[in-house]
Amino acid sequence: MDDTQRIVITGIGLTAPNGNNLLEFRKSLLECRSGVKHHEIRYMGKQVAGMCEFDEYKYQSKKLRRRGTRAGSISIYCANEAVSDAKLHWESVDKSMVGVFLGITEHGNVETEEEIYQMHQNQLDWKLWSPHHNPRTVSNSPAGEVTLNLNITGPHYTLGSACAGGNVGIIQGVQQLLLGEVDLALCGGISESSQTFGIFAAFAAQGALAHHEDPTLASRPLDKNRNGIAISEGGCIYVLERLSDAKKRGAKIYAEIKGYAINSDATDFVNPNSERQVQCMHKAIKRAGLNIHEIDLVNMHATGTGTGDVNEARAVREAFQDSDKTYVNFTKGHIGHCMGAAGSLELAGNIPSFEDGIIHPGMNCQDLDPECEIKNLVINEPKLVGNITYILNNSFGMLGINSALIVKKYSV
Amino acid sequence: MANVRQIVVDIISDIAPDEDVTNLDDSVSLREQLDLDSMDFLDIVMELRKRHKVEVPQEDYPKLATLESCVSYLTPKFVTA
Repeated sequence: MDDTQRIVITGIGLTAPNGNNLLEFRKSLLECRSGVKHHEIRYMGKQVAGMCEFDEYKYQSKKLRRRGTRAGSISIYCANEAVSDAKLHWESVDKSMVGVFLGITEHGNVETEEEIYQMHQNQLDWKLWSPHHNPRTVSNSPAGEVTLNLNITGPHYTLGSACAGGNVGIIQGVQQLLLGEVDLALCGGISESSQTFGIFAAFAAQGALAHHEDPTLASRPLDKNRNGIAISEGGCIYVLERLSDAKKRGAKIYAEIKGYAINSDATDFVNPNSERQVQCMHKAIKRAGLNIHEIDLVNMHATGTGTGDVNEARAVREAFQDSDKTYVNFTKGHIGHCMGAAGSLELAGNIPSFEDGIIHPGMNCQDLDPECEIKNLVINEPKLVGNITYILNNSFGMLGINSALIVKKYSV
Repeated sequence: MANVRQIVVDIISDIAPDEDVTNLDDSVSLREQLDLDSMDFLDIVMELRKRHKVEVPQEDYPKLATLESCVSYLTPKFVTA
């Protein structure tokens, strides 16, 4: 294939509850270090949650941090880290040909809750409602903050796609590059969901909020005793470019995007549909020109809910049948559910396996639910398997949005 | 009586935490001395209302231009607040 039609990853910037760059994050995943802790959540008290501890002022002034949002702050940190990691000479990059495409689960709840809270603290004085509320809550806001910070004049927007957001942001970046709309895409997913009480209260109302006296054990996908989702925040932004451009500037290439698919269940607001998940994975594999036996590793979405995990396990079993060399892992046991960031973060966590040949384990699955049994599931201990060439990354979300992304170890 | 100058400086230092507010010239426009824009002035108005129940109608915003004008405009409001 023509190098102008091949899209590669040349930079990764991330923050997760257990690491603020790829090296730290990967180390935590291999060593089974959790980022989930107890935090005080407004109105609800102590809850398990994953919060990020990156330096908010590394790339942003205190004033602009105050004016913007936590989602923007996460985005700015990740975007700058990605640009730096890609070793781009930023001053000479044509900013009008850079695009920012960020997947989000939701946006604006944090700011709206805060305004209402402040109004209640001040005798419902509506005139205290902040003039910043509109720019903070328009849905392009996190991507827009990145453009302001990095002086990018190409397109920017977010992609509202629930918890499939991380994959969807990357897919949008690929498509914009292939269309020739941009020469460089800063894309991925971000989430500040754990800063809002509403998401905790809603998952609690659904009976799907994880809890455990030891917060590091609260998120336990596929385990018989799992009790729900540990809500986390995070971000992961990639620098994507055409292989022809990456080669020209001698960039380090992490991986090549080979296939992707997004589809819809059209069955339920919340409950997943394993048949559509299978169709999504197969569509991505077909687009990549592969067969199921060529996929070396599948990262499950696996959130730790009762029905979600059973459905996805069924889908993965069905999608990969008797494939001997396809291993399966998941990431939310370590970091909880990073919502809009989940897809892109979890992909990043597995990308180093192209170099080290190790699959990081899914954490906290001490007593595997028989309904979640999958061939070649890697849990609790890392597994050295040698050569890994293709990774398929699942990310699903409410209202029945499914996404699957396939990346390949780079080879000429 | 409230130290109106200090009240305004405290608000500015919260709104623009990167700025040095220790050596401001009271007779010179705040915007000339600090990196403040129109949204920052809206924040100042908002904080005066939230913290001190002092209202500044839109037509009076220009009276917040310097620390000197802030003090002379706001002091009577603090007396009655």
